[in-house]
Amino acid sequence: MILIYLIGSILIGGGVFFNRGKKTNYSLVSLFLVLQVVFSVYACWHYNETASTYFTFDSLGIIMLLTATIISIPAAFHSYVYIEESEEATPESRAIYFGALILLITAVSAAYLANHIAVVWIFAEVTTLSASALIYHHRNKLALEGTWKYIFICAISITFVFIGILFLSLSFANAGSDDLAYKNLLAHSSSLNSSWLQLAFLFIFTGFTVKLGLFPMFTAGVDAKDKAPGPAAALLSSVIMCMGFVGIFRIYVVVANTPLLHWASLVVGIAAFISLFIAAVYMVKVKNIKRMMAYSSVEHMGIVMLGIAAGGIGYYAAILHIVLHSFVKSSLFFQYNQLYKVFKTKNTYQMGNYFKYNTTGSMVVLLAFISVTAMPPSGMFVSEFLVFRSMFEANQLILLIAVLLLLTFIIWAFAKNILKILFIPVVDFDESKVAKVSPWRSTFQFIMLGGSAYLGLNPPAIFVDLINKSIMLLPH
Amino acid sequence: MLHVLLIIFLISLFYLAIANRMSTYVNMLALQGLLLFFVAFLELKHINTINLILILLETIIFKSVAVPVFLNYVLKRNHITREAEPYVPNFVSLIITTIIVVTTIILSNTMEEGKLDKMFFVVALSTLFTGLYFIASRRKIITHVMGYLIIENGVFVLSLAVGNEMPMLVNLGIMLDIFASVLILGVFLNKIGDVFKDIDVNQLTNLKDY
Repeated sequence: MILIYLIGSILIGGGVFFNRGKKTNYSLVSLFLVLQVVFSVYACWHYNETASTYFTFDSLGIIMLLTATIISIPAAFHSYVYIEESEEATPESRAIYFGALILLITAVSAAYLANHIAVVWIFAEVTTLSASALIYHHRNKLALEGTWKYIFICAISITFVFIGILFLSLSFANAGSDDLAYKNLLAHSSSLNSSWLQLAFLFIFTGFTVKLGLFPMFTAGVDAKDKAPGPAAALLSSVIMCMGFVGIFRIYVVVANTPLLHWASLVVGIAAFISLFIAAVYMVKVKNIKRMMAYSSVEHMGIVMLGIAAGGIGYYAAILHIVLHSFVKSSLFFQYNQLYKVFKTKNTYQMGNYFKYNTTGSMVVLLAFISVTAMPPSGMFVSEFLVFRSMFEANQLILLIAVLLLLTFIIWAFAKNILKILFIPVVDFDESKVAKVSPWRSTFQFIMLGGSAYLGLNPPAIFVDLINKSIMLLPH
Repeated sequence: MLHVLLIIFLISLFYLAIANRMSTYVNMLALQGLLLFFVAFLELKHINTINLILILLETIIFKSVAVPVFLNYVLKRNHITREAEPYVPNFVSLIITTIIVVTTIILSNTMEEGKLDKMFFVVALSTLFTGLYFIASRRKIITHVMGYLIIENGVFVLSLAVGNEMPMLVNLGIMLDIFASVLILGVFLNKIGDVFKDIDVNQLTNLKDY
């Protein structure tokens, strides 16, 4: 089935790319969404089975696959709205956009399920290609700059991951096996050479941070989210980040089963804390709303990785947090297009009194703001609270206090900008030209925000079970 | 013989560190491709013939002919002859490259003995870090691309070291090489050359947190 899925998606993507008729394009995209849903159902049905040697429908893969499938439907819808409303869209740019979108979703889905580190790596390469096509959608100088930076930093990072894989194979040389599947690595974890494994982990971790949006390679992602169209930026800050997480998490599981666990958690923790620090510093200064949302993603990935570093309940909280963050942040990025439609700018100084111009949209912004800052009624409050609890239990009290201080800065900066956009009128704003936005367009955003609250506050037993199974191999 | 080739490869890094002319960079890249051809030929003894031919063709055709020819074409079209005023003087570059090489030698001695030939490790890691240093210290986008190509060469050396046991990894390395180079060189260097007339990284500073 996975081969049918991959070949089918590539054929559909190719069809969209080469056949530039409007009706054909949209019906092919719908066909792809149907295929994606069918494939997800199939994956759940064949839980824990291995398909085509290199793919396993394991717990983590299925959680992420379902997340990606749920996000891909509104992403396609909002892309449709975006492309149809944009004046500069040509049949060519539309075809490239949707072709790249299909390729991106396919590649991340395959990367979630891959059980071999080299296969994850290959699909990570494919996402670089498709994401860069999405970022370059506007074909102007700034978009080119963003795309160039993204491609260049991704290329270096992907090389880093490859070096990491080479070191991993060297560390594995004494184990008498040359199969780099995660299962095999875990089985031989006691005979892995630790100094080579350290180098391997460092390189693989650094390489995947470009997709996860963590220090040191986060810059490419921020520029990319700024220049990409709203729906594409939503995918960049949700499904691609999940892919980076899967890439790091699976190798972390291997390292955690060796005596290097403490060292690895230290590496991850340091990177996470620096990311939080950077996010706090930039969010206080930034005036571009899209970049602000992108830095907020950096902050949340920092929190996720702090949970991983702390261990215990933190593992559970990290996976819960990244899933909830995907829903919330993508709905915020979908909402961005409505904001832009009303104010025609990204600068927070020239946005204000959004409640008056688009009440439904401003409700989305408000609810998403509550979620992103992890205030109590939201789902992310639960996961963030659990991360803090895990840090407390791991006796990282000083770190926890520093993190809470940084989060205070971030919440202040975020609230200052968002509340201004929602309530405070802008001087010299010409109200007569404000475009009307249909309230129905926010439907998917409300569903995703509600879903994230539901998953956080009252998670279904099966969801909890899936998360617990995916962290089962980590030492508790 | 193998070690002699690898040492020549290492020396080419020092030469690159003090190079000013763009054509020197291109020639050095071609030379590195040629050296990799011989290294691959001598090192990969236990690999099947078709795979070996593929690897050799990649080094000789792609690394030492196609990429340099394309770079020359880009240089000519954009009238770039030399790296204008690098951020750091060449002499300092030379010293930093030396420090990188010495550090990797020290690092290699701290690693436990494995099946790996230490020479490969030293050459690969110093090439990697020197490439990163070139990217950080040069102004022109095309020099950044060359820095990336140097990194790729370093990775190729490392993949040759494990090539006999895991030929799949060498093939993956080649895939990375072709994929990334085509993506970077083919599509975007062309585009950037068209849009920004004088390709200098200082022009790529418009995306910022104002």
